[in-house]
Formats: sequence, C-alpha cells, structure tokens
Amino acid sequence: MGSTITEKILARAAGREQVRAGDIVEARVDLALANDITAPLGIAEFERAGFTEVFDPARIALVPDHFTPNKDIKAATQAKKVREFAWKYGIVNYFEVGRVGIEHVLLPDAGMVAPGDVVIGADSHTCTYGAVAAFSTGVGSTDFAAAMAWGHVWLRVPETIKLVYSGVPSPWVTGKDLMLHTIGLIGVDGALYQAMEFNGEAIDGLSMEERFTMCNMAIEAGGKSGIVGYDEKTARYLESRPDGSRARTAGQVFVGDPDAEYARVLEIDAAAVQPTVSKPHLPSNTAAAADLAGIAIDQVVIGSCTNGRLHDLRQAAGVLEGKKVHPQVRCIILPGTQDVCLAAIADGTMQTLIEAGCAFSTPTCGACLGGHMGVLAEGERAVATTNRNFVGRMGHTGAEVYLASPYVAAASAVAGHIATPEQVGATKEGLR
Amino acid sequence: MIFEGTVHKYGRDVDTDVIIPARYLNTNDPDELAKHAMEDIDAGFVDRVRPGDIIVAAENFGCGSSREHAPVAIRRAGVSCVVAASFARIFYRNAINTGLPIVVCPEAAATAESGDRLRVDLEDGAVENLTRGEIYRAEAFPPFMQELIDRGGLLEYVRSRVGARGG
Repeated sequence: MGSTITEKILARAAGREQVRAGDIVEARVDLALANDITAPLGIAEFERAGFTEVFDPARIALVPDHFTPNKDIKAATQAKKVREFAWKYGIVNYFEVGRVGIEHVLLPDAGMVAPGDVVIGADSHTCTYGAVAAFSTGVGSTDFAAAMAWGHVWLRVPETIKLVYSGVPSPWVTGKDLMLHTIGLIGVDGALYQAMEFNGEAIDGLSMEERFTMCNMAIEAGGKSGIVGYDEKTARYLESRPDGSRARTAGQVFVGDPDAEYARVLEIDAAAVQPTVSKPHLPSNTAAAADLAGIAIDQVVIGSCTNGRLHDLRQAAGVLEGKKVHPQVRCIILPGTQDVCLAAIADGTMQTLIEAGCAFSTPTCGACLGGHMGVLAEGERAVATTNRNFVGRMGHTGAEVYLASPYVAAASAVAGHIATPEQVGATKEGLR
Repeated sequence: MIFEGTVHKYGRDVDTDVIIPARYLNTNDPDELAKHAMEDIDAGFVDRVRPGDIIVAAENFGCGSSREHAPVAIRRAGVSCVVAASFARIFYRNAINTGLPIVVCPEAAATAESGDRLRVDLEDGAVENLTRGEIYRAEAFPPFMQELIDRGGLLEYVRSRVGARGG
C-alpha cells in the first residue's frame, strides 16, 4: 500500500523507509520557531533543564510579532528575554522590530521553508507552511525547547483527510471562503489529529497566497497540518524567494501515492460556495455573507497570518478603491511583513486603503488575539480576516467577531454592516 | 497516582483563549497566570477552585492557540487533573510534555456535573464518580506517551537523548 505526501515527508525525517498513520516517530526538524509569547516560556524550560547548546542556530527562528512593538512593560520584558537569548545563542533568524513581520507570512516569504521540510512552531498557525508542500505543525513551548536542544520532535503520524474541491469558485470567493465553508461542514474538531490535504481543480487554480490561507486555518478544524501538493505555482513562489535561501537551495518534492490510505475523502463543489462568514463564537458557525446584511459592525480588521499578504490587501483595496470606510467603522490593516508594506506602497495599495479611511498598522498579530492595536469593547462587533472568533478573542467577552475574506471585510467596512462586494457596488476588474 | 477532587464541569470546544485570555500572556509567571485561569468562561473559577479539584469537559478541550500557558495556568490554580471526552491535539501534547495529568474518558465526561466528587486513578485508568457511585475506564496512553509521563515530561526524556551535550 502506498503513502500519503505527509507520510512520505515524515518517513524521510524519521530516517525510515515508510511510516504509517498512528506510528510515533522522532522526526528531524528543519525549522523550529517561536514568538514573543511562546518563546519566553520555552527559553525558561530550556534553561531549567540545563541545556547549554542549541542543535543548530540557523534552524531556529525567533519572531517577536504578537505584542510588539512592545505594548506594555510586561510585554517589553518578555521581548527582551527573547532578544537576549537570540544574542547569547547566535540565533541569526531573530527578527527585530523594523524587520519583523507576522511569523507565518515572514518565514516562508524569507525562503526559510522548502518542500518536504518538517517545521514545528510554538504557535498553532504554524500549519500555514503546508502550502509549499512541507509538513508543519503547531506545538507548545516545551516542544520548542526540546527541539532547540535535540533537533527532533516526537510526532504521531497523522491520518489524512483528503479534501477535493471541484469546479471553479465564483468571482468573489477566495481560499478563505473555501476554508470557512469546509470548517462549517466538518466542525472545529472535524479533522482532529489529522493532516488536511487540499486537492482538486479549485485548489490548482488558487494563488499561493490563498493556499497559505487555507493551510493556515487547518488548526481551526482541529487539524495537525494542512498541505497542498507541489505544482508550477509552488515552484514559481519558491524561485522568487531570496538568493541562497532554503527555499531556493533545499527541499525535496514528495507526491502522494494513488493507493495511499485516507481516513476520509470529502468532495466539495467549490463552484457552489458563496462568500462565507463565520459567526460568533466558533469558526464552524458559518453562514453566507449575503444573508447577514442586518448585522451592524464597529470595526474591521484586514490582515494577520491568515490574510496579511499583498494579494489580500489588494483584494481589499479593489473593493475600497474610490469608496470610504463607513463613518461609524474603524478599519485596521495588519500587513504581514515590511516587504508587504513596501510592495503595497509601490503598487498604490496602501494609498488606496489610507485614502478610504483605513488605519495602516505595523506588522503585528496584536488585534487578532485582543492584545493591542484594535481591542474591542463590550458590545462591539468586528468583521475580521483573522482566524478565530472565540469568546473574548479580540477583547471583551461581550464583543463579537465575524470571520471573513478580505473582499467581504472591505465591503463590510464600507457598508457599516456585513456585506458582499456586490452589495457595495464593487466590480471585479483585473483582481485575482 | 490517585486524584480526588470536586468537579468543575464545562461543555465542548473549551478554547485556550478562555482558559487563559491573551491579554494576560505578557508574562509566563505561573502564579500570575493562575489568577486568570478560566476567566473568560467562568469568572468565578479561581475563587471556587480548591487544590486537587478536577476539570471535566466534553469534546475538544483546549482547542485553538498553542499557548502552554493554558495547562500551566489551570495546574497552578490547583487543578489536579483534566478529564474530557477528547482533547485538542496541541493541548494534549502540552499536557503530556509538561506533566499535567489528563484523562480521555467520554463516559465520565458525559455524566459528571459540577460539584460531583471524582476519583481518578492514573495507574489503572479508573475514573470513579463518588457522588453518583459510577465507575468508568479511561483510555490508556500509547506506550511512548506513557514513557514521557513516567520520566517526568519531555525535557527529561530529551536530556537522556542528547546526553552530555545537554549538560
């Protein structure tokens, strides 16, 4: 019997001929990462255990992106611990404010992930990098500490749920909508402990950015990882990474066998998916955006590790161009990286968004997790292109978050209530 | 190891944002975190919880963020053990890696109510609801995970693997 792409990646990392779902393996780690929230706890555990060396300083990334620029004294203290650890151990992939970006946009864009890699990150959205045909998964701080010392991670080889998206999505339907729709179908633990393998004509047609978005949200269905097979788009994305980077020089392309065993195969008609919104307080609580026009909003957040790439900001700008953010709405842009900001300046996207009345943030996770840069008060309601809408996620427990695509978020910012781009008169000229 | 305590019962999909809200993640001091354990799902929890108490929940306990602060917070708040119908995978890892006892037992999770007295025997997997006079059998851990637990967590295991280099 054959293997899935995930089984092949993990077999190689474990130094074994073949592995099967359910096996527990010790896999070599190609990249281990943590942020300013999870690294301090990992560093404390690393030091408490008495370790004095890291396995490979070049294969560790420390990305202070959550509460930076430091939101308060405690956060500054945590960020300082990360910085000092990076200096002490020669962690070259430490990203200071001014160079830092949101980790799951920054690291693949910096060329730090190659196909066939095993990546673990002390952040649940580490599953994002499956878009470049790597295995990547979120872990805790102690796992990160262990990987820094050991260069390995223990993993239970996941079963794979194969999701096949047929047809061509409607013009305003993005990878985000496909993913919210999927989570709505299978539930927030519908892929628990499993790898979500995204296949089909609609996935072939998606941009790399939207594939990143889909893999990013595998965790919201309980998944261990998300993955898209390598194709021409993957190749072009990797070729355009920085010279000498891992994406350009390393990597091994794996392809799943036709007779691989899947826990489940789910076929989804992508052509029938509408612009989709997840209502409070679970990502699985989905509805068509068009059916929620009565829901007035106070804030819109566009960006994050889920939708903070240039492509996403351009989609938002395409809707907001020549329009104004509703007088009673704050629209906050959380770009993924400094390079995203530069590109958004160069192509006019930033100007369009600012002229429409959006606030443009430095790259930070801030508002997504109710940390800073856009916290909600009691009774307030937001539409966000982020990934979670749990109780209290963006601030007060009496606030509400609706998850959506950049198109729907931008349209809602204009309308002052949940809206589709068509409802605010947007037209699709050369977008996507 | 045997734990006996009063049940604090929750439903399904208890996420780590409600176990320890992100606004408190500007520290990793367990005492600070413990002050806010379960705050966004049960604001009175830290006042009611007594050392040794047991959290019981339905499916997918600990979903969402990877924050290890979640098991740290509830453990330091006094919780001896978490019994659930199922756990989200990162929380499950974090609990095993850090030594928070967790038990997968859908039957116990279905019947227990807040205020019940529960006795959990990690050795033989027996979960006894003393209030209801019922006894259930929890799922055993796979051997590798049991080894991690027996060794006192992941870092002890890794120390034995990296040997002298780990100091």
